[in-house]
Amino acid sequence: MALRITPLFAFGSRRALRMIERNLLVYKHGWLMLFSGFFEPFFYLLSIGFGLGRLVGDVVGPGGQTIPYALFVAPALLAASSMNGAITESTFNFFFKLNYDKTFASILTTPMSPGDISLGELGWALIRGALYTIGFLVVMVLFGLARSPLILLTLPGALLIGFAFAAVGMAATSFMKTWQDFDLIQLVILPMFLFSGTFFPLDSLPEGLRIVVQLTPLYQGVDLLRGLTVGVIGPETVVHVAYLLVMGLVGLSIVSRRLDKLLLK
Amino acid sequence: MSSFLDAREPAGIGRVPPLAPSWSTIGRVIEHRAMLYRRTFRASLFASFGVPLLFLTAMGLGLGGYVDQNPDPTLEGLTYLQFLAPGLLAATVMQAGSFEAAFPILGGLQWNKIFHAMFATPIRAADIAYGNIVWIALRLTLIATVFAIVIVGFGASRSPLLVLAIPVAVLTGLSFSTPLMAFTATQRTPDKFAAIFRFGITPLFLFSGTFYPIENLPEIVRPIAWVSPLWHGVDACRMLMLDTVGRDPLLFTIHIGVLVALAGTGAAFAARTFEARLVRG
Amino acid sequence: MHDSLATEPTPAVEEALGASRPAARASAPPLISARGLTKRFDDFTAVDGIDFEVAPGEAFGFLGPNGAGKTSTMRMIGCTSPVSDGELRILDMDPRRQGPQIRSRLGVVPQQDTLDNELTVRENLLIYGRYFGLPREECARRADELLDFVQLADRGKDLVEPLSGGMKRRLTIARSLINEPSLMLLDEPTTGLDPQARHLLWDRLYRLKQRGVTLVLTTHYMDEAEQLCDRLVVMDKAKIVAEGSPQQLIQRYSTREVAEFRFLPGVQETLDGKLDGLASRIEKLPDRVLLYADDGEEVVMAARERGIHPEAVLVRRSTLEDVFLRLTGRSLVD
Repeated sequence: MALRITPLFAFGSRRALRMIERNLLVYKHGWLMLFSGFFEPFFYLLSIGFGLGRLVGDVVGPGGQTIPYALFVAPALLAASSMNGAITESTFNFFFKLNYDKTFASILTTPMSPGDISLGELGWALIRGALYTIGFLVVMVLFGLARSPLILLTLPGALLIGFAFAAVGMAATSFMKTWQDFDLIQLVILPMFLFSGTFFPLDSLPEGLRIVVQLTPLYQGVDLLRGLTVGVIGPETVVHVAYLLVMGLVGLSIVSRRLDKLLLK
Repeated sequence: MSSFLDAREPAGIGRVPPLAPSWSTIGRVIEHRAMLYRRTFRASLFASFGVPLLFLTAMGLGLGGYVDQNPDPTLEGLTYLQFLAPGLLAATVMQAGSFEAAFPILGGLQWNKIFHAMFATPIRAADIAYGNIVWIALRLTLIATVFAIVIVGFGASRSPLLVLAIPVAVLTGLSFSTPLMAFTATQRTPDKFAAIFRFGITPLFLFSGTFYPIENLPEIVRPIAWVSPLWHGVDACRMLMLDTVGRDPLLFTIHIGVLVALAGTGAAFAARTFEARLVRG
Repeated sequence: MHDSLATEPTPAVEEALGASRPAARASAPPLISARGLTKRFDDFTAVDGIDFEVAPGEAFGFLGPNGAGKTSTMRMIGCTSPVSDGELRILDMDPRRQGPQIRSRLGVVPQQDTLDNELTVRENLLIYGRYFGLPREECARRADELLDFVQLADRGKDLVEPLSGGMKRRLTIARSLINEPSLMLLDEPTTGLDPQARHLLWDRLYRLKQRGVTLVLTTHYMDEAEQLCDRLVVMDKAKIVAEGSPQQLIQRYSTREVAEFRFLPGVQETLDGKLDGLASRIEKLPDRVLLYADDGEEVVMAARERGIHPEAVLVRRSTLEDVFLRLTGRSLVD
């Protein structure tokens, strides 16, 4: 008897591309919406980075160098918006399509499998994330916030953050039953958004809290992008990348195991 | 006991029933919203208490610590937390007021059509709009009161006039709720809400002097503040909490006047668009 | 889960068809009277100058295909849509000025459910009673009684969302009765329900009618109209094309029986003229031929003698469907 090895990821086929094609069709009618997603981090950069930055002055950035507040906050906004975009798409929107829109139900009557759908949705979220990231990077260059050629690596960096959060978000959604359950997500996301070294350096936090913050995925992402933007990389860069990669893969393996729960009810 | 369901003679024309006064029918609409809220208020506790707590801690204390290291002259000797608290109060209530006027209202008009069900009873269309506005005002009062309590807990209030900042914050919220509600009644899908929030609510939240005096805004976006209703609300709340109304009573009056005008005009339009929508079916 | 069917036998169709209780008393003034009633949307006329009256205790129907103007008429009667032209009196009041007062005495069952999905079954009734300004204890008393009546007493504490379509309709009917209305308006009450759920609903409506509740309903199902209506008007393209009791309409516009012939594809076109004279009237539909006669079997025999052999033959009584076909040249349900 042949030994059957259950693959870690029980999906993957080129049909996932059809999912992306479908979303492209949808957005052909709503391209303005797609386009507008870019403006939120841009507005934050203008208001918080430059406006509030005047009051804050310079802060200590990666490698101990002193940098203007706008430069400090810009990569953090990029990381936070990658997280927010991925979470919104993989939780609220995914849940809506799953339970109300019945989009997936009709797609499942075709040769498309649950795996194709999940992978396709994930891929689409990443493509959107890439577009926003490129737009934001252009703005950073225009505002003179590009200090190092390493800033180009923030593109894959931001995608990695998006991938990690989208995979975990989708896994979490597979356990959700009602809209009320989503309050839990806000309970996790909002504190992370505010305290992960996004708006101010960690050195003002008490020692114990600082360690907790450093363990959060958003801090990992913020610190990764901030280092790349300023041009400071080191062993911690590798740790950040490994952390996010593992997080995404763990999320994905949970999703692949719970796909039936998710889609075939 | 005799029942309607017992056999009887068919009802004839009968006499003309009395016309229920508006205050009564508005009360019935509010009663419905309250019945719904009983089911969901537990979930909104985090939003009510947690969000102001987190924002004041992160921005007021965390980031504020850096601002206070070399105080900016535009803060006029205030700690950043003292400056931020009134702005965040008005801005938070504004965001809640906007949200409440969008999705829940569209839900009642389009998704489960409960406002259509109300309209089939003696309740007038305008009273359905007014009832929802009063209900939102009650919700916003709760949010503003909780926020004010948190502010006092942080020791960030300098004047007992903080109590008056609560109705001003609610008024700020309503100056967004009522026009948006009038717009919502013309919509059949939520498609345009995302654009309104991204290009309307979020920029106003960021550029209305919530986080810093508007003199610090980049020149290109400064005009946003002058026309922003939120700026009027933020500044009025700040004047009350910092006890500076006496410095410029005219400006304070203008602030309140603008907010009242917006909320009132919005309510009048909402009554009309509700009527048009419910009549169209 | 499916709707549990009433244990008591459904009131016999024959009774409904036959001499029903003499509800409409000629002497009583009408609850609704319309003269030249018209509804226009921009340049589209949904209802074009119709006249009708509804007497107390009567079950009155608007029969017609989708788009005939039935719902627009109902919404004008329900005082949620203003009259464009003509005269409409409801309970001797003017919908233009006295809408809220009229609505306080109506029970409305809209075409689409407008139940509050976030509330329980019983809460839906309670809050609806409150809309009419009823005291809370009175709402509670009536809610329990009505839940019994529509056989949902055991679901009172459940949320509305998971209920079946038939249960939701029954709840909507209970809701519309909370104010003890003088007049009930039902817009397509059973559209979209399975046959079992429809029969259960008809049974409840029939009981209401027996208890003297005046019903006004729209439908595009002729069986529904035959089951429930004492009198009906047939609407087509915004106008009333006929009026009477179901029997009167059938007698006036159709024969006692109909023979339906179905042929293999293509055969029907080759028949030309062969059927002529077999029946008092012949309708050729795309998929079958209808032969109207007082004795259907005779038509079938005569056709066989002429060497006509359809694939399938059905002899049945005339229905309102035939009336509609006769009046408009089209079927009710496409």
